[in-house]
Amino acid sequence: MIPRPFEYHAPQTLSEAFALLGAHGDTAKLLAGGHSLLPMMKLRFAQPEHLIDLGGLAELKGIREENGTLWIGAMTTENELIWSALLQSRCPLIVEGARQIGDPQVRYRGTLGGDLSHGDPGNDHPALMIALDASFVLQGAAGERVVPADGFFVGTYATLLEPDEIMTGIRIPIPPPGTGYCYAKLKRKTGDFATAAAAVTLRLGGGNVEHARIALTNVGDTVIRAADAERALVGKPFDARALDEAARLAMTACNPVEDLRGDAEYKRAMAGEMVRRALDMAHERAASPARP
Amino acid sequence: MASKTMVSFSLNGSEVDVVVEPRELLIHTLREKCQHTGPHIGCETSHCGACTVDFNGMSVKSCTLLTVQAQGAQVRTVEGLAEGGTLHALQEGFMQEHGLQCGFCTPGMLMRAYRLLQENPDPTEAEIRYWMAGNLCRCTGYQNIVKAVQYAARKLRGEPAETSHPLLEAGAAHAH
Repeated sequence: MIPRPFEYHAPQTLSEAFALLGAHGDTAKLLAGGHSLLPMMKLRFAQPEHLIDLGGLAELKGIREENGTLWIGAMTTENELIWSALLQSRCPLIVEGARQIGDPQVRYRGTLGGDLSHGDPGNDHPALMIALDASFVLQGAAGERVVPADGFFVGTYATLLEPDEIMTGIRIPIPPPGTGYCYAKLKRKTGDFATAAAAVTLRLGGGNVEHARIALTNVGDTVIRAADAERALVGKPFDARALDEAARLAMTACNPVEDLRGDAEYKRAMAGEMVRRALDMAHERAASPARP
Repeated sequence: MASKTMVSFSLNGSEVDVVVEPRELLIHTLREKCQHTGPHIGCETSHCGACTVDFNGMSVKSCTLLTVQAQGAQVRTVEGLAEGGTLHALQEGFMQEHGLQCGFCTPGMLMRAYRLLQENPDPTEAEIRYWMAGNLCRCTGYQNIVKAVQYAARKLRGEPAETSHPLLEAGAAHAH
């Protein structure tokens, strides 16, 4: 349970980090909180020759509100998300999601940017970010680009992040007052990945659903946006029939594989149930917005 | 083979310097180089929490941290809990409330509860269970661990730390 030998680098600025990435290219891995990468290195699934620790980069930390948008530094930890008064009041979906990740010790170290960059379909933040219409700031030595969460995740451990880029921050438009939300996650035990989970945001207007986002965790080779289920809800009243139809369409969007958490049929059924629960709770919260 | 580097950190208030390969895990440095065998190796896969230490104000699993990441860090292990021969309120609580049986998980439980009570001096039972969920115990069923943390929380708040399982004379338990 000891990783293969590697060189360790601890840059203190982003430009130092880019210089190291430039010098070591494909043989380097970025270390964020280390609670996905280090276990993989201990099992020798990952064997980087150079490890570039982003832990010293203060510029990748923090949570700020800027003109109706939240900016969260990529190296912000799960516990920092949970304890953020700003997120609790302006974007409680992130808090609800982060509380269901790992365990307390993992949440002291695990980071938002690490969770997203890793590209593991079992990670929870991709679905949360899609439900929130977030976008990611990807910086390279030559400059930065901003890409939407929806489309960033292209497969297992595969994202649009280029090997010479670092995710520096996450931008989230602050959900308008009255936005209902929920992250419903089924897991066997503390610390396990989801058997299935659903992230939802929902807004009502004139008695009908005006906005719906549904994204699913760990029921395919990457996060899945249930766009058909969203379309089935929008413009109609939120009732039992609409809920049934949305859950059915979300289940058809899944492509789970059998593992210790269950077979494909069970996981698809649980994804449907998580969508049903998340939509129900989001509707309850949207219909009676409790805002300070 | 990567060259070794010197790492300096504070361990229970004393400065230590160790020379390690970058791949060395903090748990191995603590146990083998620093002779602090309080932190235990249970699963070595960041699940069980037996290796939990306090690290820069966070509870971390020292099997999932490289020693090189500890440069300049403040590290506290179970060896640093008692002061001047007097048990910490948590250690007293685990004894009074039978918060252990085999004791293997106890150093990790104590260090996790230590940080929890710094952050939340008056946790509810549900909060204790939620924020201690990264530490596994296969003996107690957790009930007495919760009671032990509640005992310590009361004592640290300056309230009477009444035990449900008197072990010491009442006077001795409150003498500290």
